[in-house]
Amino acid sequence: MLWQVPEALRWVAPACYIVQIVTEELTPPRRRFLALGASLAGAVVACRKAPVPSESGAHMRAYGERSPHEKTVRVVRELTKSLGTGSSRTPLGELHGIITPSALHFERHHSGVPAIDPAAHRLLVDGLVERPLTFSLDDLKRFPSASRICFIECGGNSIGEPGANLPDVQKSHGLLSCSEWTGVPLSIVLKEAGLKPEATWMIAEGADAGRMSRSIPVSKALDDAFLAYAQNGEALRPEQGYPLRLLLPGWEGNTNVKWLHRLQLVDQPAMSAKETANYTDLMPDGKAQQFTFVMEARSVITRPSGGQKLAGPGFHEITGLAWSGYGKIARVEVSTDAGQTWADAELQAPVLSKAAVRFRYPWRWDGKEAVIACRCTDETGYLQPTRDEFIAVRGLNSGYHYNGIKPWRVNADGTVTNA
Amino acid sequence: MRSMLLLLCSAGVIAAQSQPYGFGQPATAADTAQKDLTVFPNGKGLPSGKGTADQGAAIYKEKCAECHNEKGEGRPGQYPALVGGIGSLTSAKPLKTVGSFWPYATTVWDYIRRAMPFDHPRSLSADEVYAVTAFVLHLNGLVERTQELNEKTLPAVKMPNRDGFVPDRRPDIKSKR
Ligand code: HEC
Repeated sequence: MLWQVPEALRWVAPACYIVQIVTEELTPPRRRFLALGASLAGAVVACRKAPVPSESGAHMRAYGERSPHEKTVRVVRELTKSLGTGSSRTPLGELHGIITPSALHFERHHSGVPAIDPAAHRLLVDGLVERPLTFSLDDLKRFPSASRICFIECGGNSIGEPGANLPDVQKSHGLLSCSEWTGVPLSIVLKEAGLKPEATWMIAEGADAGRMSRSIPVSKALDDAFLAYAQNGEALRPEQGYPLRLLLPGWEGNTNVKWLHRLQLVDQPAMSAKETANYTDLMPDGKAQQFTFVMEARSVITRPSGGQKLAGPGFHEITGLAWSGYGKIARVEVSTDAGQTWADAELQAPVLSKAAVRFRYPWRWDGKEAVIACRCTDETGYLQPTRDEFIAVRGLNSGYHYNGIKPWRVNADGTVTNA
Repeated sequence: MRSMLLLLCSAGVIAAQSQPYGFGQPATAADTAQKDLTVFPNGKGLPSGKGTADQGAAIYKEKCAECHNEKGEGRPGQYPALVGGIGSLTSAKPLKTVGSFWPYATTVWDYIRRAMPFDHPRSLSADEVYAVTAFVLHLNGLVERTQELNEKTLPAVKMPNRDGFVPDRRPDIKSKR
């Protein structure tokens, strides 16, 4: 980037700019050479004259960054002393719309983020197939592609919430994000290898240090699964599985295996650690529900939410997100009186299947303490349960897949806390 | 010569028909061997090899105890325990460990081989994995010190929570409007 003006020389930028426009017609190497000459010339001029600060704004840059005034970040929490075994949570309370910026998409890893050279990466498809194959990234990108906006929610989002009422929406719901993913439908790739009739399960394995693996029913693989190489228009971020991840719309995050390097077609599940020891739902009778893949319908108010403060009485928009692993969100209701009465919120288009949906509800706050909450219904008719309804069936030890209603208390001083 | 060419061409056409796009490379046995880690509850995928808890004790001390502690009790808030919790699953504070929760010994073997020691995964030989798995199971009172674990005996180890899992029975919560 020789033709970019160093920060220190920015006041001479207009001069360089002219040179650049003039040289636009020249071949790139020559142009660079001239531009470099121009900035050096500018530097010499700079020594002689007193600098007059430019009012013409910053120069272009090759890869954008947000304004230095914007500070919103993920919150990182390690679960063991070995780094890379925890999560970082999306700051849902400070985001807008339905798309999570890639840099703020939640992370959950079990053995760190591997550094993968995409040119050397191969996806192996083997086991019960007619033609075991390996695919390079270039091979996969030659197939017909598809894009889909869908959410990914960690199966362990809100562990602790049923018992403890976490104080803000980043802590309570931040293992949810929503992106536009692009890749190749898995059914196309499996057809290329030719599934044998006995193939009923598929073991998806990542190239992370711990080679994390999950058993996936072939029915899902052939339904709407795809192999994603892009997120929000550019290559996947390393922490989202660069260069390739499995995308299983609506299914718990852990099954969307990152850094995907093998799909082994088999006739039984492997009973891997992450589908037995973790991501299973321990019930009050001591039995654990297993292969609880689909994330059930859920919604949460992101504004106003815990940790925020209302400026004063008067108009406030209540807004948040709703999502269901079973399809489209049909309805979101909001209560501003601790669940005594409910009114329909407006669903912001687009309302997409297995994607986050933004809802809005206009509210005039009278300045008195109020408990606000939302609940959603998906297109199957499933209604999001209250916390008590959830606990009555699954108890307090299930951990994973909590989807109860989350109330927030708006206090008289405008602060918002958990209710 | 001409008929040879014809034959080759028609073989190409057949391959193209069965493989709709013709992308990717045929996987070799080496491609599979390089990534072949999956072990199934029936023992499929286990390499031949053997080890006892007695042999595993030394490996554990050298390669695991630093994190999981001398007797597998873990380090609270830092590293998970590998023992304890049997009978705790219906209590207010269930402790899920290899001993109390994991349904298959094959899963323990598979996980240790692919992911442990955490900082040097896949550095153990098959015999070492059998031995250290035997030691972890011994710490949980599930195998004898001199009992040999191999590709035949490992799948036969009955874990306490073998029958502790049920299929997804959701939607199990019927909420009221
Ligand atoms: C550098 C620290 C470290 C070392 C050394 C280490 N482990 Fe681990 N072990 C971990 C961490 C961290 C986890 C949790 C990983 C996760 O969060 O997914 C773990 C998890 C485990 C588990 C699963 C526990 C559970 O219930 O989820 C087993 C079994 C295990 N280790 C066995 C071993 C054995 C056997 C060795 C020696 C060969 C070993 N570990 C060496 C750090 C270590």
